[in-house]
Amino acid sequence: MSRVSVPCHVKGTVALQVGDVRTSQGRPGVLVIDVTFPSVAPFELQEIMFKNYYTAFLSIRVRQHTSTHTPAKWVTCLRDYCLMPDPHSEEGAQEYVSLFKHQMLCDMARVLELRLILRQPSPLWLSFTVEELQIYQQGPKSPSMTFPKWLSHPVPCDQSAPLIEGLPEPSRVSSEVQQMWALTEMIRASHTSTRIGRFDVDGCYDLNLLSYT
Amino acid sequence: MLQEESDLSLVIAQIVQKLKGSNLYAQLERQAWASLQRPEIKLESLKEDIKEFFKLSGWEKKLQNAVYSELNVFPLPSHPAAPPEHLKEPLVYMRKAQGSWEKRILKSLNSMCTELSIPLARKRPVGEQKELLNKWNEMGTDEPDLSLFRPVYAPKDFLEVLINLRNPNYENGDSLSFRTHLGLIQVPLKVKGIPELKEFFVELGLTTGQLGIDDSTQVPPELFENEHVRIGQKVLAEQDSAAAQQYIRQGSPTALRAELWALILNISSQPEDILYYEQLKTNVIQHDLLVDSLIYKDVKLTASNDDYYFVFEDYLYQVLLCFSRDTSVLGHFAYNSASPPKSYIRGKLGLEEYAVFYPPNGVIPFHGFSMYVAPLCFLYHEPSKLYQIFREMYVRFFFRLHSISSHPSGIVSLCLLFETLLQTYLPQLFYHLREIGAQPLRISFKWMVRAFSGYLATDQLLLLWDRILGYNSLEILAVLAAAVFAFRAVNLMEVTSLAAAEAVLADLSTLKVMPLLQIFLFATVT
Repeated sequence: MSRVSVPCHVKGTVALQVGDVRTSQGRPGVLVIDVTFPSVAPFELQEIMFKNYYTAFLSIRVRQHTSTHTPAKWVTCLRDYCLMPDPHSEEGAQEYVSLFKHQMLCDMARVLELRLILRQPSPLWLSFTVEELQIYQQGPKSPSMTFPKWLSHPVPCDQSAPLIEGLPEPSRVSSEVQQMWALTEMIRASHTSTRIGRFDVDGCYDLNLLSYT
Repeated sequence: MLQEESDLSLVIAQIVQKLKGSNLYAQLERQAWASLQRPEIKLESLKEDIKEFFKLSGWEKKLQNAVYSELNVFPLPSHPAAPPEHLKEPLVYMRKAQGSWEKRILKSLNSMCTELSIPLARKRPVGEQKELLNKWNEMGTDEPDLSLFRPVYAPKDFLEVLINLRNPNYENGDSLSFRTHLGLIQVPLKVKGIPELKEFFVELGLTTGQLGIDDSTQVPPELFENEHVRIGQKVLAEQDSAAAQQYIRQGSPTALRAELWALILNISSQPEDILYYEQLKTNVIQHDLLVDSLIYKDVKLTASNDDYYFVFEDYLYQVLLCFSRDTSVLGHFAYNSASPPKSYIRGKLGLEEYAVFYPPNGVIPFHGFSMYVAPLCFLYHEPSKLYQIFREMYVRFFFRLHSISSHPSGIVSLCLLFETLLQTYLPQLFYHLREIGAQPLRISFKWMVRAFSGYLATDQLLLLWDRILGYNSLEILAVLAAAVFAFRAVNLMEVTSLAAAEAVLADLSTLKVMPLLQIFLFATVT
């Protein structure tokens, strides 16, 4: 199904730490990223995609639009999703991740704001975050088209067009052209990526030095 | 689940796309057309009848083998947003390190080119072409002056690069803390511990029969060997790649090994393959590459000096020279963290239509490269089959031994696995060697980079390579390296210098590989 990217504003990460950030030893293990959608009405969330950078666990909280005048509350929609099976090693550390609607704990029908809570319990890493964050909502369904009347109810021909001598029958020509077109489409579709095997250019393999770019 | 279904259809689409360009596809199509003549194929149930025909005639098995081969070689499709570099190597700092290592190699090759005033490639004059064609089967008798050539790099240069590999996001403090690794490799890749290795290599366990242990002269063959050979013959009759891969985990009987390896690697000698090899031979005769001199030098320095392999010198030239011209090898760079070196036709610098790869297969040989081919010469005597087997072994396994990547079978992971196993299970030995300045990896690196070729006796080496094929992983090299240290631990505890430690471990030709592995994995008291 199609999806449409939703423009979002990602606020700066806030580290949660006990005590003064500057003076205490050790690095924060929890970061919070707020994602707002300033120019978009409350939408249905389809997919969240991002590139991980050394985050071990991810929780997401969502604030949804409510129809009544009660203030919108924060609800946890993803709890401790594991991105790195072993927080001390590199496995999963720089992977691309997609999270879908069906993986969430609650309904994501009218999303106002998202809050990503990143955790990295291992002290080995200097920093951690998620990058290239993108939010998608469901794309528009294919619009139902109304056909013009002449296409859905063609007027039957009263008289057949006069056949010119010497030329083949138009209906046979059109069916043959259709078959040829189908063949070319088939050949185009079965494009392979195998190489031909030539390493030279027109028989010449006289080279300069190796290039560094 | 939605995600698994879409993943599966992506894998299927990728494999279909890959197989469409292959010989097998054309053959299946031809067979399908030909089968229409057969009486059992009816128009109403055409699809089902043709499928049944394929199953009975063995073509379905061939297709199954091809699909299994693709699954083994190609990594699973990653996230749709991941760029192609991510498929080559997911960690950015490793990609960068591989890039700068490649740049060093290119600089070295370029400077060799300018110093010696030899072009990277030149077309041979007709007279020289004729001469080479006549001498094709005895190129070893040639004694060209190679004294000015030097190998582009040796394994120890590569080791220095790996030692200096650092993750910029990792706490690499100067002072020793719980974060610093005590070995030479300082990157925190995930490696298996012995419990995981025991599970992974379960067929090497104490209660399972092994060739290399249970076929020795003291053991009566009725206990294991005869039955194992019988099963091997059955596997070959069925022509099933997956079954062969499972079977070979317990070792391959010498008589069946050549065919079993060909079945696992999905190599069948078709006339097209022989033609392809002849085409490569023509390319060698027409163009002379600088890389050829490097290959000559390497063979003369390594394989020709080896007691077991010097007889195969001519075969090595025939395989390696053709290997350099084979553009189909370029396909493996999709999942290799390395990239092929690029150059331009003289006078057309910067124009993309005149950009070519050099050498045509994108692989620059290093000191010891010919040792990857040498053991195969014991199994295959027909040059085109030997060539195909080597090429498939290279694009499946050997390329990982000389490129920087985070793959579990990559050389970085193997080094870390070796060091971790040694530290965890032989801590006293590790500490002692470290104290005398003999870091164990400095000794075992060369074994692993060459997959032990040239260090073990050939029958033991082939038993080891049986397991590499069977488990589709190179981790066994690291386990064997640790097992060798464990075996010679008593002598190593007595040494007081790196040179003395090297001397203790200089000769591995008397070692029996399978008992060492079994004892280290399953019988060491931890």
